[in-house]
Amino acid sequence: MSEARYFVPQPSPWPPLAALGLALTLGGIAHLLHGGSWLLMASGSLVLILAVTGWFSAVIAEGRSGRYNAQVDRSFRLGMAWFIFSEVLLFAGFFGALFYIREFAIPWLGGYGDKGAAHLLWPHFVSQWPLLEFPSDADFQVPKAAMGPTGIPAVNTAILLLSGLTVTLAHWSLKRDARDRLVRWLAVTIALGVVFLGLQAHEYLFAYQELGLTLKSGVYGSTFFMLTGFHGMHVTIGLIMLTVILARVLAGHFAPRSHFGFEAVSLYWHFVDLVWLALYVFVYWI
Amino acid sequence: MSEILSGTGGAISGTEAALHHGRPRGWWRWLVTTNHKDIGTLYLVFSLIMLFAGGALALLIRAELFEPGLQLVQPDLYNALVTMHGLTMIFLVIMPALVGLANWQIPLMIGAPDMALPRINNWSFWLLPCAAVLLWSGFLLPRGGPNAGWTFYAPLSSTYGPPSIDFMIFAIHALGVSSVLGAINIIVTTLNLRAPSMRLRDMPLFVWTWLITAFLLVLAMPVLAAVATMVLTDRHFGTSFFIAAGGGDPVLFQHVFWFFGHPEVYIMILPAFGVISEVIPAFARKPLFGRISMILAVIAIAFLSVIVWAHHMFTVGMPVTGQLFFMYATAVIAIPTGIKVFNWIATLWQGSLSFETPMLWALSFVFLFTVGGLSGVMLANVPADYQYQDTYFVVAHLHYVLVTGSLFAIIAAIYFWLPKWTGHRFDERLGQLHFWLSVVSVNLTFFPMHFAGLAGMPRRIPDYALQFADFNLVASIGAFVFGFSQLIFLWVIVKTVRGGEPAGERPWEGARGLEWTLASPPPYHSFELPPSPETVAAEGPLAYGIAESDAKPDEVTR
Amino acid sequence: MPATAEVPTGTSATGSIAQPTTALHWNLPDPATATGHQVYDMHMMVTLVCALIGLVVFASMTWAIVRWRRSEGAVAARFSHHAGLEVLWTLVPTLILVAMAIPTTRTLLAINRTAAPAVTVRITGSQWKWHYAYPDLRLAFYSNLKSDSREASRKGSGQSPAAVPNYLTDVDRPLVLPTGQDIQLQLGSDDVIHSWWVPAFGFKRDAIPGYLNLVDINIERPGWYRGQCAELCGAGHAYMPIVVHAVPPAQFEGWVAQEQRRQAAELAQAAGRPWTRDEAMTQGQETYETICAACHQKDGKGIPGTFPALAGSAVATGPLRAHLKIVVHGSQRNPVMRAFGKELSDLKLAGVITYERNAWGNDTGDLVTPDQVGAAR
Repeated sequence: MSEARYFVPQPSPWPPLAALGLALTLGGIAHLLHGGSWLLMASGSLVLILAVTGWFSAVIAEGRSGRYNAQVDRSFRLGMAWFIFSEVLLFAGFFGALFYIREFAIPWLGGYGDKGAAHLLWPHFVSQWPLLEFPSDADFQVPKAAMGPTGIPAVNTAILLLSGLTVTLAHWSLKRDARDRLVRWLAVTIALGVVFLGLQAHEYLFAYQELGLTLKSGVYGSTFFMLTGFHGMHVTIGLIMLTVILARVLAGHFAPRSHFGFEAVSLYWHFVDLVWLALYVFVYWI
Repeated sequence: MSEILSGTGGAISGTEAALHHGRPRGWWRWLVTTNHKDIGTLYLVFSLIMLFAGGALALLIRAELFEPGLQLVQPDLYNALVTMHGLTMIFLVIMPALVGLANWQIPLMIGAPDMALPRINNWSFWLLPCAAVLLWSGFLLPRGGPNAGWTFYAPLSSTYGPPSIDFMIFAIHALGVSSVLGAINIIVTTLNLRAPSMRLRDMPLFVWTWLITAFLLVLAMPVLAAVATMVLTDRHFGTSFFIAAGGGDPVLFQHVFWFFGHPEVYIMILPAFGVISEVIPAFARKPLFGRISMILAVIAIAFLSVIVWAHHMFTVGMPVTGQLFFMYATAVIAIPTGIKVFNWIATLWQGSLSFETPMLWALSFVFLFTVGGLSGVMLANVPADYQYQDTYFVVAHLHYVLVTGSLFAIIAAIYFWLPKWTGHRFDERLGQLHFWLSVVSVNLTFFPMHFAGLAGMPRRIPDYALQFADFNLVASIGAFVFGFSQLIFLWVIVKTVRGGEPAGERPWEGARGLEWTLASPPPYHSFELPPSPETVAAEGPLAYGIAESDAKPDEVTR
Repeated sequence: MPATAEVPTGTSATGSIAQPTTALHWNLPDPATATGHQVYDMHMMVTLVCALIGLVVFASMTWAIVRWRRSEGAVAARFSHHAGLEVLWTLVPTLILVAMAIPTTRTLLAINRTAAPAVTVRITGSQWKWHYAYPDLRLAFYSNLKSDSREASRKGSGQSPAAVPNYLTDVDRPLVLPTGQDIQLQLGSDDVIHSWWVPAFGFKRDAIPGYLNLVDINIERPGWYRGQCAELCGAGHAYMPIVVHAVPPAQFEGWVAQEQRRQAAELAQAAGRPWTRDEAMTQGQETYETICAACHQKDGKGIPGTFPALAGSAVATGPLRAHLKIVVHGSQRNPVMRAFGKELSDLKLAGVITYERNAWGNDTGDLVTPDQVGAAR
């Protein structure tokens, strides 16, 4: 009988609270940027975390009590897929900027192409990528070298690809009701993700301190840190979600034939993996 | 996924009891609601309030431009007025109003109990007032409100902008989250919650246009978030995306911004097209002409809208091949748009027309949006655009498509569906008065701007040379009449909410669609169970013109 | 033909002849370049086509509204398709667009063609004036909005814009160009994006900081041509007009020679004259009213909330070091007050700072020397 009815949740305080939390967090960051205290941002984040926790708890409870039929499940799947699509577009914006800078702006400044007249303003500028010498050094931090694809970035690529494999193995274990293996593969995935983040942090430190490559290092530094930074942010969010999933697994949640929460987070993790591949190729390598 | 427990029988009745037990009342109800009708109302009320806020800014602008010389405001404040007028109208009026219409109407029109993700629906709404506060707080900050135009080009915004630009950026982020989640909700609802017998191609045009619009939103809003973030980092973290000295390019901003910006204007017009496609058949008592080509046209417009963005940038010095490509692509959009206009006219052709208030607004949409569309064809011509760009010619174009286009369609929709929402008929004479005052004054306001632009008046200036004075005088008078006429609208809405002649299920005898099978106002849970295939067929696209009593299922399903 | 553009001929040295500028112009102005003619033709073509299409749409709408009223007993037909019509109104607009695209493409390619120019002008926009330089001729100067317009525009000035000839479209020093010769304009900017637009020339082109846009023009006939900045660039966006004085080539040569002599003489005189308070104040006032008054206003009172007053200000009456720093290096807090050390010589800076410290009752008694400015760089 419940199969015929689409579950419509009761009125809930979590969404408006989350709206307030997000707005306070964003306003708090703006406040911080203008020399204000970080308290507003911190309280906003707290409210947001509280709201998100309450909200997800409600959803999990509803799901586990059987209120969600196949149609509701389909809503969640469609929703998650389109959400990830919107995230892809966010990265597309940054990749688009990278493409334009490399294909148009820098060659023009260097004297090539239809708008090469710009070179008259920067006669000493040589068009190159990665950009290690700027049209004007005045306000920018000149890096000693770029971040190449060898070394830690290559290791990180392997780590993330491996973690994509381990999360899939975890999924298969769940489907076969092999709980021990599920826990193990999930834990390995999280561990790999943590190592990835740690290595990235190490790379950032290396870039800042040894290479002099910072956000202020012209447009190469800008695009490098923007793209890898947002990716790192998404890895962090993914790890938090994976940890929550692990905790739920340990609490006995999820069944071999119904585990949307797991699948959603796993899909997110694969997306994070794919974005890294694009990064590796277009930011570190070619 | 639903964690299936054994013995769900007890859980069902528990669910239903929980749903109806302790339904919140009073102000708390509006805060925590998950009901699509409540949330639709919230969106519409919010957008109406912001219409007057954005309108007040417009009247301040027009008051300053009434005569040459500065009388009221200093130039920096003027730029903030212009900026905030644009941002408010786009993000806090037109978009929320369209989402409000979607919330009210989509579940009703497809036979669903509610939107697919009701709590996300609530979050999408409540983010709006929060974002509005973030945005408007800019006026109180040192150096005043954001003043780089709603398009906030770099480096005016990034290097030279006041502190309020940061609040604008964060407001944009919040608005983006709201829009993307709202769009996802609409996509999922439309694809997943239709009555079983309603195939995609049977969906009403309003639902179709919103489905396509939702795809555009998911595509475009994240790109806006990306470019706003780049402005933020150029401002505070030393990046040089838009600074040539560091290898960047101010024009990069324009490319990324308009990649969002162009789909954005189609986001604002496609649902309006959908409204017109609902209203005209109802009052012509004739099915919409060329339904499938109407749907295909909307899809074509949406696809094309993603590849035309640089027609906002013809004067930046783009290589000629680029200019040609964007000119051709832009011109192509005129074809599906023209098809839509011709199809509306063909719907009227040999119909049986009556001119109640919703129809008046819908008809004026077709006339006046066409004016805006044609000035758009003119703007697409690159050599001609070398003269039009950044002048009042563009201001005229954009207001014809957004005011006599989007806004008039929204107003038509509200007059059309208000009896269903409230259960009361509205005062038809007041509606007509509102219409006639508006349609005359809106043309007084914006038509002269075409000529001001051709005569050489640039945009975004608080004071102007004397040869533009007469055009501005007329425009300002028109603007004040138009602005104050909207108070009639407010009065009609308030009056109708409070009471009036009972509307019955189908206040407009020619209207067809599932929403007209429900009581007015509809029950709290709209369609608890999906409507039967017979009902769906009887209210289907070809049911127009057939008296309900005479309707045979075959006739309407074909 | 369009309505008369206000292009006076036979002018005074500054060309500010009072014209009846309240004449209504309904169309683009009379073009004065080949580009202008081509652009005008494209504009008329597209206007006519759109007007015709509009007429068809309006006529059929009106016909339908009048002819098929329910109140007159019309009974609705039931058709919702007509393949032939649908094909027609897909094909015909397509053909119209293609037909328009052909001359448009030709025009666009013709406009954007560049040739070897006889004269090159480097035009640099900044907040809120234009800088014109002729690199080959060693001439350069700023072109500011004339002060009578600025005064009349000011809130509460009590002066009527109607009394100002060429209100908001007149400058102290116009761009002088020869007619009948290929001229290359190199458009750039010092700060934000501006846009250089003279409607009679038939185009506008953005001035983008860090880049150069090249445009070729050839002005057909002598005259005064006016335009305005066409890209929002801050508070003074309405106050940086463009005035081009086009003269026959012989007259242009004469002007160039005269200007070169004048600038050389000025420099020589300035170098030779002793740097007294009077000298500094005179030069400083001229610099101030050309460069600084745009924001800080002629009376030094600024615009409350936007541009700080200099009359009685802490900076202008306080320690000289801070005053020098902010003028030479710009403001840390507010980039709109930029580093004028880049564009003004030690001499000019010394003059203007002296003026600021002594005018409007500031009376510090300071005399700033070019050496002091040099040391502050």
